[in-house]
Formats: sequence, structure tokens, C-alpha cells
Amino acid sequence: MNSATKTERERARGHHRTGAQILWDSLAREGVEVVFGYPGGAIMPAYDAMLESNIRHVLVRHEQGAAHMADGYARASGKVGVAIATTGPGATNLVTGIATAMLDSSPIVCITGQVPSHLLGTDAFQETDITGVTLPITKHNYLVTDIRELASVIHEAFAVARSGRPGPVLVDITKDVQQASLTEEAIDALAGERKRRRRAARISTPIGEEELAEAAALIEAAERPLVLAGQGIVRAGASHELRALVEKSEIPVAATLLGLGGFPATHPLSLGMMGMHGEAWVNQAIQEADLLVALGMRFDDRVTGKLATYALKAKKIHVEIDPSELNKNVKVDVGLVGDVREVLASLSPRLTTRTRRAWLDRITALKGDSAVRDIQSLPHHGRLFAAHVIHDLWRITEGKALVVTDVGQHQMWEAQYYKHDHPRKLITSGGLGTMGFALPAALGAHLAMPDQEVWVVVGDGGFQMTACELATCAQEGAKVTVAIINNGYLGMVRQWQEFFYDRRYSATPMVSPDFVKLAEAHGLTGLRVTKREEIAGAVAAARSAAGTVVIDFRVEGEDSVYPMVPSGADLGDMIRRPISR
Amino acid sequence: MSPMSNTSSTSSTSSTMTLRTFVAYVEDRPGVLNRVMSLLRRRAYNIESVTVGRSHLEGVSRVTLSLEADDDGARRIEANVYKLIDILWVRDITRVASISRDLALVKVRASSETRASVLHLCETFRAHVVDVADGAMVLEISGTADKLDSFLEQLRPLGILETVRTGMVAMTRGADAPDLSLESHEPRGAEDGAPSGEPAAA
Repeated sequence: MNSATKTERERARGHHRTGAQILWDSLAREGVEVVFGYPGGAIMPAYDAMLESNIRHVLVRHEQGAAHMADGYARASGKVGVAIATTGPGATNLVTGIATAMLDSSPIVCITGQVPSHLLGTDAFQETDITGVTLPITKHNYLVTDIRELASVIHEAFAVARSGRPGPVLVDITKDVQQASLTEEAIDALAGERKRRRRAARISTPIGEEELAEAAALIEAAERPLVLAGQGIVRAGASHELRALVEKSEIPVAATLLGLGGFPATHPLSLGMMGMHGEAWVNQAIQEADLLVALGMRFDDRVTGKLATYALKAKKIHVEIDPSELNKNVKVDVGLVGDVREVLASLSPRLTTRTRRAWLDRITALKGDSAVRDIQSLPHHGRLFAAHVIHDLWRITEGKALVVTDVGQHQMWEAQYYKHDHPRKLITSGGLGTMGFALPAALGAHLAMPDQEVWVVVGDGGFQMTACELATCAQEGAKVTVAIINNGYLGMVRQWQEFFYDRRYSATPMVSPDFVKLAEAHGLTGLRVTKREEIAGAVAAARSAAGTVVIDFRVEGEDSVYPMVPSGADLGDMIRRPISR
Repeated sequence: MSPMSNTSSTSSTSSTMTLRTFVAYVEDRPGVLNRVMSLLRRRAYNIESVTVGRSHLEGVSRVTLSLEADDDGARRIEANVYKLIDILWVRDITRVASISRDLALVKVRASSETRASVLHLCETFRAHVVDVADGAMVLEISGTADKLDSFLEQLRPLGILETVRTGMVAMTRGADAPDLSLESHEPRGAEDGAPSGEPAAA
């Protein structure tokens, strides 16, 4: 009663809200609970107003971390992640994270402060044209120089980020806009007259009936069909529909790196990952298939190998939310534009229930040849192999952990040996291949999903790119467990040097700090593992410890990821695993 | 909605590079043209001509873009341009019956001996003389790019001092119009060159 009266009195006096306050009001309206950021001159009014907001702020140690955390938060939860930074260097430090989110279609909104509008274009202190810089790596961006536009721009930014094919959006707000104010009456009036812009909601083309019929006919006629499941399955929440369709029509499923978990890895129809480090039987099956059903994926060069010899025997159906992806890399016979969940739901009833025994037997035969080469079948002779670390981690966590990987050999081993049965349980930088992604993205994922067990699988190189975020983990009291696959090399580049550059190890041997002591210096737990027998104990200790834990796995230095399709080679032309090591 | 096709049948497409014409309606705000150009630069398309001007709608500009592409490239340009948030509508009108015009101003040497032949060419090409000075004339011509090319070719021996061309603008024939259905954009006032709007109800 009392407070209502007070509010009314303030209204009557023409109570004002500043641009900074409007920003936080707008973020709260979008359901934002946490933002990742770093203050600075041009964003200080927003930071001052933040103290009155209920939104949690995570102080990062470098703005790149803020963008990755927002990205990890978005990928784990399906919600929009938010990063905030100041102008100039603060904004440019976001760039790598924004580009990462762009290539993997992750919905994040980045808020940056900008110099006051009367200084725009004068090369003022810390001025950077960040909307110009991020133009090709954002789905859209905005420069706000008028407080009356602020609320509607924030609203639109979220709609753009999450609609259609999601992606990063940047909103650059000049300092004077943050400092200016509007009466509440003016704010209400602006909200009332805000026109629903058609742009955000326009991706709603109906699914083509003719194409659905053609796709169904191709699937019915195929003898050796294969589903290629991409990240679209995860983003659209189409796991259930995918499973229903492939079980009905008995079609085996291969996944892209970002598609892993969209279909249960332990399902009998699951083949595993395709592409450069995909399993031999998967790539061979692609080359032998008479129909590829590509769902929410984009035929990246790491997936296809040499285009001229890619899946020549197969007709292709491509289901994509982004029409510009159709026929971009691979010519397809039927292209279906739309939400992959809706397309699958419409397609399933058109298919008959059937089996494809001969085709599945053929794939099983291909698998048998690979099984004897698999490191899991080989003794370790007291040595520690990364594949064993990942396999044991999968076994001990019962495949239920949310794993965030970095980029390189460990990323591929994780993809091969940690079997993800559920979507949004593997978060990794696939398109851009951003080293340093894992630790900050994992912190973002942890804050989105605090009840989940979050593991970071990272190389010794990538870890050191953003290791400063350990301090953020400590300050936030966050619980993530970091498994450093430490081989003393920039492993993937070393592997290429071994295979393609006569073992000339140029700039790949790496001397690292003592990671156990580094963890301890942050007030965190550090553990070291040098033998396979120690893995279980260390994992158990890490799981029971409070707070973030770092485990330094000292693995074989010159181990390589197999199989491997060399860059630009025919998908069937793989470097296979050696029979013994 | 978008005229963009959902289908992607490859059988009927041609892989020969031909000159393509696109018409786009875009939000009239800073940086929009930059977004379109940045997209074409990134995908490595070489622009033949681009023109931008006010459309019949308030706050909306109209773009005519022409560049070389094959069928598939053209379809993807359309799809990629449509993805830009500030683009309201885009269509490849290459194979649609349409009218295209380019306008040129040409400053040509004209002495008392050559003036007659300049005027004769103007008559043939339906060009106008817009300025006469000592030793030179400025001519204005509009038409298809081909027509302008041959006019300039004929003038060249007389001595062209300067030429400027607007680039191509294009519009489809017939009664069809872009399905913009933009509640947020009202027709411009008649003074902006828009068709006379309905008078406001009393």
C-alpha cells in the first residue's frame, strides 16, 4: 500500500528512468538472469544502474571469456546468453567469441558501451566502430544513439538472436543514451506505439507439400539410406521426431560434431561421427549410401572431404531452416526449408514401417574391421592414452555429464569416445574452431544448468589461452571440472606436421606451468594423473571436491587421432588406425 | 511472404554466368547498403551496378542490383540478402518481364563544326541537350544500358570530356507489386513522388 502510493507519487511528479535503467528493465523483460561482462568508461552508467537490478553479473577476466560464457549458457539452456563490455578494447575483445557464436549459430546478445554520440567519428579515447567491425560476424547489430529507441532495440535484438537460424547480435549504446532519461509516461507511450516489426517473425514459410512428397518417395525407394544429423536437431529439439522416423523406416544415423547427442549415441541405429575424424565405417557408409537425408547440417568441408567424390551414389534430401544453405556446397535433389522438428513430424506419417537388414548388415561388417584397430581393444602397457582417459570418464560419469570441449585432438577423442545420449550435453566450437573456448563456455553452461555435472575437456594449449577464467570460476564459487589432456604439444598441428610435414615440429612443443599449482594458486583443487590406473581415483576425488577442480592428465606426447581424412581428400581415403601401437 | 522458392530442383538450373537483376526493398537507415555490399564482398560477387533511392513507402528504400551469377548462385544471393535483418523484400527479376533504365549525363566536345552531328545523334537516340557552353555540350540520355553504350560509342570520336551514369533501375511489367504488407511503413506523401495516396478519412 505504502510503496504503491510512493510509486504513484513519483509518477505524478514525472518519475524518470535513465537509459541505463531502461537497459536492465529491458533485459529483465527478456528473462535474462545472468550476464557476463567487464566494466569500463563508456559502460559505467549501465554498471551503476546494475546495482539496482536483480540480474546476476559475472565478472570475467577477459571479454573474450564473456562472449564464450554467454555462448556456453545459450548452448546449454537454449536461451539467449548475454555479454556486456565497454567500448574500444572491451568491444574488440568480444570479437572472437562473437565469430564463434556466428559460425555455430548460437544465440547471444552482446551489449557494448560507446563513446558519447557527439564524439562519434572523432577517434575519441577508446572509440572503435564496433558495429562496423562486427558487421560480417553478427546476425545483426545496432548502434543506439537515441534513448527512445533503446527498449525496442533490445527487444528486437533478442528476437533476432533466437529466431530462425539463431546467431549473435550486438547492441552498441552510446554513453549519453545510458545517461539520458525518459519519464515513465514516455516509456509507456513508446512501448504502446512500438510496432511489431515484421522482420523478427518473418521466417515462417510453410513447408513445401511437393517437396515432402518427393522426400518421402526417395526414402521409400532407397535401399541404403543414411541420416546425417546436424546441430539443427539439437536446436529444434527434434530428437524425439528423429528417433521416431528412423526407427519406423530403419535408417542408420551419422552425426556431425555439433549434432552429437541429438540422437542417442548408444542407440543401435547410431553410427557415430562423420567427417575428417569420423569413424571409418561412417564415412564408408556415406560413400556407399544411395540416399543421404541431411537434417540441420551444412555440408561443411570437414564433413564432406573432397566434394567432387562425395557420396556420388547417393541422392540427397536437405532439410534446413536457412534457405541459403541449400546447394551451397553439395547439390541436393530435394531441399526442404523449415524447422527440422516440424519437417520430421510431417515426413514420418508418409513413410511405411520397414526394415533394411542387408544395409545394416553391411555397416556392421564395416564396423568389425574398425573394432580390431580401436585403442579400446589394445593394452596400454603402463602408458596413458587420451582415448582411455575419455573412455573412462564416460564410463565413470555414466555418459551423463555435460562436456565442454576445446579445439584440437582432445576434441576429436571426446567426440569419438564420450557417447552422448542426450542433446545439449556436448558443447564445442565446431565451425570456428576457437581454442580457449572450453573453460569460459563451461562456466556459462554451469550457470545455465547448475544441477548438471559439467566437465571441461581441453588441451594444454587451449587451456592456457583462457586460463585466467579459473579466477572467475573461483570468484563465482562455480563447480566445473577441468580435464587437461596434456601432451606437451599443440597436438593437432603436431599430428599434421607428423603426417604431412615430415615430422618437422615447428612451434608445436609447448612448455606449460604446473597446472596443479596453478589451480591451487586460485584456491582450487589440482590433481595429476600419469597412469590409467589413477584415472578412476582422480575423477572420484574431483567429483566429490567442492568448487572447480583441475586434473592434469599427462598423456602420450605423440599420439594421433585416427581415422583421418586428410584435408581435401576423398572421404573414403582415410588414414586408418595402426593395427598396434 | 518471400517469393523465395522452397524447392531446389537442380535439373532445370543453368550453371552459366549471366547478368542478373535483383530488386530489394530495404529499411532506409544508416549502414543498410553497407550490409548488402559487405555480404556480396564476403561471398566474392562482383557488382555490375547498384542503385538506391526512395521507394513509395515511408522509411523504405528500393535497391536495384545487377551482377554476374549462375542460377544457383543467384538463388543463394537472394536467400542470403533476404537473411539480412534490414532487408524487407528481395526478388531476382532476371527472367521476369521487366523494364530497366539507366541515365547518363555526357559532356562532349562541340565546336561549331561538330555541333550539328551531336544534335543529329541526340535526335536519333532521343537524348536531350541540357547545357551548351563554349566548345562543349552536356547531353542527357536514358534507356537500357545497351542503348546508352551505343550512344556513348557514337559520341566517342567527337571527344567525350566526362560521363556519369546512374546505374540501372528496374521494375517488372504488369500489375504485380511486391508483397510488402508493412504495417509499420506508410505510403509517402505525394510530394515525394509516390502515387497519390488515399485522402485521409474525415
